Amino acid sequence: MNIIMLLVWILILFAVVMLHVAYATYFERKIIGHMQVRVGPMRVGWHGLLQPIADGVKSFFKEDIIPENADKPTFLAAPIICLVAMMTSLAVLPFAKGWVLADIDIGLLFIFAMSSLASYGVVLAGWASNSKYSFLGGLRSMAQVISYEISMGLSLVGVMLMAGSLNLTQIVEAQGDSFLGMYLMPQCIGFFVFFISMLAETNRVPFDLPEAETELVSGYSTEYSGMRYAIFFMAEYIGMMVMASIATICYLGGWNGPFEVALFPPFWFVLKVYLFMFLFIWIRATLPRYRYDQLMDLGWKLLIPLALANIVLTACFRAILA
Amino acid sequence: MSGTISKTIEVPVVDGESERYSLRMGPQHPATHGVLRVDLELDGETIMECNPQVGYLHRGFEKLAESKTYAQALILTDRLDYIAAMSNNIGYCVAVEKLLAVSVPERAQYIRTIVGEMSRLCSHLLWLATHALDIGAMTVFLYCFREREILLDLFEELCGARLTFSYPRIGGVRQDVSRYFVDELQRFLDMFPAKMEEYETLIDTNRIWLKRTVGVGKLSGAEALGLGLTGACLRGSGVDYDIRKHQPYDAYDKVEFEVPLATEGDIYARYRCRMEEMLQSVHIIQQCIDQLPPGPIVGPDAPDLVMPFKAPARVEADAAAFGGGLIKLVRDQKLYISGDVYVATEVPKGELGFYFISDGNNRPYRMHIRSPSFIHIGALKAICKGELIADLIANIGSLDVVLGESDR
Amino acid sequence: MEPVAIIDQVKAEFPDEVIEGYVNQGQGAIIVRSSRVKEMLRYLRDDASLQMNHLRSLCGVDNSRRKDPGLSKFEVVYNLYSIVLGHEIRLRAEAGDTDPAIDSVVELWPGADWLERETYDLMGISFTGHPDLRRVLMPEDWEGHPLQKSYPLKGKVEWKGMIELLEKVKELDKHGFDPEGHAHGQYDPREND
Repeated sequence: MNIIMLLVWILILFAVVMLHVAYATYFERKIIGHMQVRVGPMRVGWHGLLQPIADGVKSFFKEDIIPENADKPTFLAAPIICLVAMMTSLAVLPFAKGWVLADIDIGLLFIFAMSSLASYGVVLAGWASNSKYSFLGGLRSMAQVISYEISMGLSLVGVMLMAGSLNLTQIVEAQGDSFLGMYLMPQCIGFFVFFISMLAETNRVPFDLPEAETELVSGYSTEYSGMRYAIFFMAEYIGMMVMASIATICYLGGWNGPFEVALFPPFWFVLKVYLFMFLFIWIRATLPRYRYDQLMDLGWKLLIPLALANIVLTACFRAILA
Repeated sequence: MSGTISKTIEVPVVDGESERYSLRMGPQHPATHGVLRVDLELDGETIMECNPQVGYLHRGFEKLAESKTYAQALILTDRLDYIAAMSNNIGYCVAVEKLLAVSVPERAQYIRTIVGEMSRLCSHLLWLATHALDIGAMTVFLYCFREREILLDLFEELCGARLTFSYPRIGGVRQDVSRYFVDELQRFLDMFPAKMEEYETLIDTNRIWLKRTVGVGKLSGAEALGLGLTGACLRGSGVDYDIRKHQPYDAYDKVEFEVPLATEGDIYARYRCRMEEMLQSVHIIQQCIDQLPPGPIVGPDAPDLVMPFKAPARVEADAAAFGGGLIKLVRDQKLYISGDVYVATEVPKGELGFYFISDGNNRPYRMHIRSPSFIHIGALKAICKGELIADLIANIGSLDVVLGESDR
Repeated sequence: MEPVAIIDQVKAEFPDEVIEGYVNQGQGAIIVRSSRVKEMLRYLRDDASLQMNHLRSLCGVDNSRRKDPGLSKFEVVYNLYSIVLGHEIRLRAEAGDTDPAIDSVVELWPGADWLERETYDLMGISFTGHPDLRRVLMPEDWEGHPLQKSYPLKGKVEWKGMIELLEKVKELDKHGFDPEGHAHGQYDPREND
């Protein structure tokens, strides 16, 4: 019985997330459109509301081109790896009190593991395509993920120290339901490092080097088409959502808000996630792209020392206050 | 002066040897601004060798012009730098006027200066748009297109075309400007400096923009001169060379303007120069509108478009239909003067020169086009050696090349 | 400096090399022999009273149909300008009648590299001492030099690269998409029968 219920929940979550991803693209296109003095999609449905559906259908029916000299099994598997890893991390996210598929005690670590696995997909895609642009994209992605994974992990150590747990639900509960309890203020250095690493981890502007279109055509996804390309796209958006959720959980107090919305408990959670999504998009519309070596400089010379300093500071304060 | 460039490339060597590979970038690539192909020899992402290849757009204009009359060959120049076709038209007309000793009435000179500067604004806006897009700033791209659209609409109002104008003609311009055109242009001029500030807030002090441009693609003045760079690329390296000042044509000696200079010689310096140039263009257009004199728009001795091909006997008969100017020319036996001239004009990309040889025929014996883009692409090899792929893209954008002009 | 003064100065410096100097529409030009052209250009560039530091253009001319008598069949034209002093001069160097060749000036102006390649490509004048004299605008296997007057305006035969390309298109079309080649405008007269 339990297993059936679990399957139902998984299906519901899957459906909701997929729809959400589809409309996140719409959200992005509309917002970026208005920021750039255009209107975004307008043709399919009222104000282009059905555009994501049309895009999905289109990519399903497009020809799936596999380059002749590509490493076929790896080429086929790469997008799936990306998507699966990203989808799996959804399981441990608490959307509201009790609204979590697997309330495991190492939630945070699990998410790190999964997001690193997702970068395997990118690296393998770059390597398997047997194209130089893809290969360069894959290499860039590998270097980027390794460097930023470190600073991201270190930035969250402060949160772990304060909450005394790796369980995401307990992290939220440790922050209490008042505004002052949020870790945003005490962990402002950690949040700064985390936010930048989050952009890099999801390959978003200004760190979209693995797919820098003006340099590497389309980076690791140059040779992909049709549904496989769409899967990479979905993985990227789920990744954005996962990262935004982590930020919400660890720094903005998760589902807690000024008042409870009885009918829809994750209300505040979704709102905060969308705040981050908006930030992602806003940054994309504003900033130029870093160069490869500058990205490395920023990661190793600025973010990692900052994150380490944050750990030391947090630990000292904990020791004094405790 | 020494023109040679020496750069030491530092590449980390692993096990005594590093492995190179080649990457063929283009001709189909989002950032090569047309059909430019760059054969790269890479070590990691460091460029060890960079060989630009052009010619995909070669249409043989120089050969073609030898079979066209002077008036007919004008339309070929539209297709050189298709982003600033008006500047090419003007450059061509100025050169032919010098060759055939045709005078241009003052009003036409002012109108030409106006449209020439509008064309510079168009070109620089498109340059800023694509250059920013190359470095990843997407919004500037669309902002610039918004303003460029107004200018293109104005051109359409003026001559019916938005891209290939053929508006100037030998001895003047084709149509007079309308009141509406002047009013709309005035509105644009009033509004434009505020829009410039908008672009500058987005990128000018942006840390990432500065990181990507300051100190990248550096050239000293002597190097830039030796490589033949002109326009903002040369002025960005501190060489004060603007043909509008050095050898003024049209109404440039009657208006006041400054030539923006920068000394650093990097991508940021070139960027600053072009941004300042845009403001100067606005300044020039404003003065031209204010001073625009009344009068004819085509000179009295301008050869008409319909040029009789063959013998002078027929010329005289045909010319009677076109009024005094042509007849005067024919009577003086001066319709076609033999000789050679090289006339350069300052187009948005740099120095556009036309070298004409006339042997007394109604067609140029030889027309050589000194196209800035061609020379700038040639210089790419020297500039990019030892830099990263991302810098190559930034450099291509910064040199502001158009392949239609380069390949001719 | 006035064009006439520049011409006189060059004449005085290189009396054996200068064939003729003239002024047309206010622009001075000197016709010279090709043997010491590089030295002359170096002198023009470095002399303190001339300082022609900007090589504006470099192009080849085929004189075979020109009406002026006594010119060699090919010549290379250098347009120089002094940014500091604001004067210009044109140097027309004779490059010979058959197998035209002249010294390369890449050493003086690195930017002459592509200009010389272009002249070689389109006019067939070779430059001795050029580091990398290849075609630049035309395909590498192109035959002939288009800007020579003997070269027809419209080519006699299709370029073999184009023929190869069309054959490849036909070959690929067999695999679907467009088996009869309609998309490439290859009109088949049998269609209308």
